[in-house]
Amino acid sequence: MATQSSRTAARLMLSPTVILLLIWMIVPLAMTLWFSFQRYNLLYPDRAGFIWFGNYVNFLATPAFVGAIFNTLILVGGVLAITVILGIAIALLIDQPIWGQGVVRILVISPFFIMPPVAALIWKNMFMNPTNGLFAEAAKFIGLAPFDFLGQAPLASIILIVAWQWLPFATLILLTALQSLSSEQLEAAEMDGAPAFSRFRHIILPHMARAITVVVLIQTIFLLGIFGEILVTTNGGPGTASTTLPYLIYKEALLDFDAGTAAAGGVVAVILANVVAFFLMRAIGKNLDA
Amino acid sequence: MARTTSIQRKSLTTAAAWAVALLLFFPILWTFLTAFKPEPQAVASPPIFLGFDWTLQNFIDVNEQRDYFRYFVNSIIIALGSTALGIALAVPAAWSMAFVPGARTKDLLMWMLSTKMMPAVGVLVPIYLMFNWLGLLDSRIGLTVILTLMNLPIIVWMLYTYFKEIPGEILEAARMDGASLRNEIIHVLTPMALPGIASTVLLNIILAWNEAFWTINLTVTDAAPLTKFIAGFSSPQGLFYAKLSAASTLAIAPILIMGWFSQKQLVRGLTFGAVK
Repeated sequence: MATQSSRTAARLMLSPTVILLLIWMIVPLAMTLWFSFQRYNLLYPDRAGFIWFGNYVNFLATPAFVGAIFNTLILVGGVLAITVILGIAIALLIDQPIWGQGVVRILVISPFFIMPPVAALIWKNMFMNPTNGLFAEAAKFIGLAPFDFLGQAPLASIILIVAWQWLPFATLILLTALQSLSSEQLEAAEMDGAPAFSRFRHIILPHMARAITVVVLIQTIFLLGIFGEILVTTNGGPGTASTTLPYLIYKEALLDFDAGTAAAGGVVAVILANVVAFFLMRAIGKNLDA
Repeated sequence: MARTTSIQRKSLTTAAAWAVALLLFFPILWTFLTAFKPEPQAVASPPIFLGFDWTLQNFIDVNEQRDYFRYFVNSIIIALGSTALGIALAVPAAWSMAFVPGARTKDLLMWMLSTKMMPAVGVLVPIYLMFNWLGLLDSRIGLTVILTLMNLPIIVWMLYTYFKEIPGEILEAARMDGASLRNEIIHVLTPMALPGIASTVLLNIILAWNEAFWTINLTVTDAAPLTKFIAGFSSPQGLFYAKLSAASTLAIAPILIMGWFSQKQLVRGLTFGAVK
């Protein structure tokens, strides 16, 4: 059993991490809240003062705000739908007995390690560019007019890029869950004559349920913050067609220098993320007991 | 699976799996290939797959014209620095939570995780202003600290799940033999925990290397890492696909290789132990 002195030592070893994280959590958040009630433009630092909810009114009244919320939700929802559905399909496929499974795994997981600006620029220039991207070449080859992906369908194109980055994550986690499924149960079901689809529906899918939940929640946390991909592909445009909440806040803060309004936007983003986080924490916390 | 499968079926699924894998990998492969093309051939129509004039010129150009190496060094310093700092803080913390758990250890772990839920944009304004006041904008130290704090919860969690699997009796025995706490950690715990620490280090380097919000917004040139360097290619400046590809290849190759080595442990780290 732990002695009193080792308990004290343990608390001492824990404290630097706890204190740092406490500061990291409280100080910036408190400052964001503070600035969100201040008139504060970096270009006119002397015109400062308390303005109650003025910044929130400003931010919510920004013409791009409603669109940004929708764009954020479409981006998150679109990527989730693609990655979860294809992730299950690919995990099921790779889990079959195949030759070169190790190499296949490595190839499938690779896009996850590509830094966001690289991934976005590869797709933007070498694939989606309407004059000399590979998609345009393919269109010309089969006699179609090239399509200006990021100009005509900016949000859908960004969803495609982000889904490519996150599909490996979903696949890898779902595959891990799949591999922990006991084969006896499946074999028994097969003996009993259960067709493939009902084996999937009644054995495999319930077994993967927790992993799917985890994939959805963790991806949501990251996807709500997608920024680099938008910055290097469309800059939120054309117009505000691909402006999401994080990009809108970035624009207020570092392009328009309106720190107050950006801080109000930050508070909105924090609230949105916390709603998701609440469910994620419950899912992970439950597992901690098991 | 122990089921016997016909060769035909295995061939079919193998072909399908390889097709999917190659499709997903193709953008990366295409980037690698384009990196070795002369600029005019990089945008040739129809595209040239392998039969181009292989050259290393792009790698030389990227370094000489755009000072690639400086960004590369910044990336290394920031990724390794934040990982070293994070490990130094997290090993003792995870150790104490795994082996001397208190009544509130679980709450503490969940709270640490919750700090990770904070969206970066939510605190962009205060961090930017604080950095501005403290003169930390565009400094490697500032960026290293931010990335350490950002990834600290993940490191603690990952180490905690590994430490949890070390049998406590071994530590008891060492203590009986009169080992001090310090010796216990250095000579008993560390060797057993090394594989877990190694994969935590790898995952954290990957995360820090690819971080693209703070590294882009808090740097200009001096401390700018590769994320910022690559983002600089977003404005078109004539023919540059081959150079973009060369820069991208250099930026992603080391991480890709590290990722391949750590992919088995990755799941645990990325799901906070929820899927093993």
